[in-house]
Amino acid sequence: MTNIEIILTIISLIVLIVAGFYAVFKKDLIHAVVATSVISLVLSLMFYLLQAPDVALTEAAIGIALSTIIFIITIRNTKRFEDK
Amino acid sequence: MNLFFLIIISVISLGAIFAFIRFIKGPTASDRVMALDTLSVMLIAVLVVLGFLMKRYIYIDVSLIYAVLGFIGVITIARYLEGGI
Amino acid sequence: MQILNYTGYFFISVGAVFLFLGGLGILRMPDLYTRLQAGTKASTLGAMSTILGVGLLQPEWLLKIIIIIVFIAIANPLSSHALARGSHKARQLPYLKDEKIGDAYESETENSEKNKEEDK
Repeated sequence: MTNIEIILTIISLIVLIVAGFYAVFKKDLIHAVVATSVISLVLSLMFYLLQAPDVALTEAAIGIALSTIIFIITIRNTKRFEDK
Repeated sequence: MNLFFLIIISVISLGAIFAFIRFIKGPTASDRVMALDTLSVMLIAVLVVLGFLMKRYIYIDVSLIYAVLGFIGVITIARYLEGGI
Repeated sequence: MQILNYTGYFFISVGAVFLFLGGLGILRMPDLYTRLQAGTKASTLGAMSTILGVGLLQPEWLLKIIIIIVFIAIANPLSSHALARGSHKARQLPYLKDEKIGDAYESETENSEKNKEEDK
């Protein structure tokens, strides 16, 4: 690996862990959906760095458009805030 | 030339870290969605530069998919916040 | 060909600086609307400039790169406009030093919505 890939991998792993904890422990579900979208974004960069562009392409198409729309429609039909 | 691209990627990554801090701090949902939008645009630029460094033409397709589909999720969340979906 | 390489490096440097300034503006600005202004405009210009620089360094890729630039120029202001409109309709106030102006803004938006309902 070159230096560029090492720097990007370290930043991506830190962002993945922080956004994952954020998505699990947040009570407002809209914030959790946005955190899930950020996880999908960074995971696509990780697949790209591991030389798998086809997996990255599928992850990009599904994670940023399709799953967000499905989650938002689900929240619209139920309720926005999680019970404590 | 390799040093040049190292500096470029580091500067863009610093901007992405700032946007991620705003994503963690942001008081309302709109701030977080805006940080997501900016992160996606930064990721498009980083992916094109990485594809140039790896010398593969097919790697550009990922950033093309991001440029085409990236705004659909943001528009959906914005319509939900507006109350009109 | 040497002049094309130098032009490509120049465009990539300008784009990286603008992307950095977009991130800094998102972190430092006081309220949502100024953050939208800083983030969206600076990052759009930065991404377009960086991608165009790569296209000048590698002229065989220029067709797909122009397609990417056109889609960024269409999609990014569109999403920013939708987000600003949605958060304005959700009654999100801009940053104000004087509280009275905030009250006036709130009553004005309420009045305009009442007028719209009366029009219907």
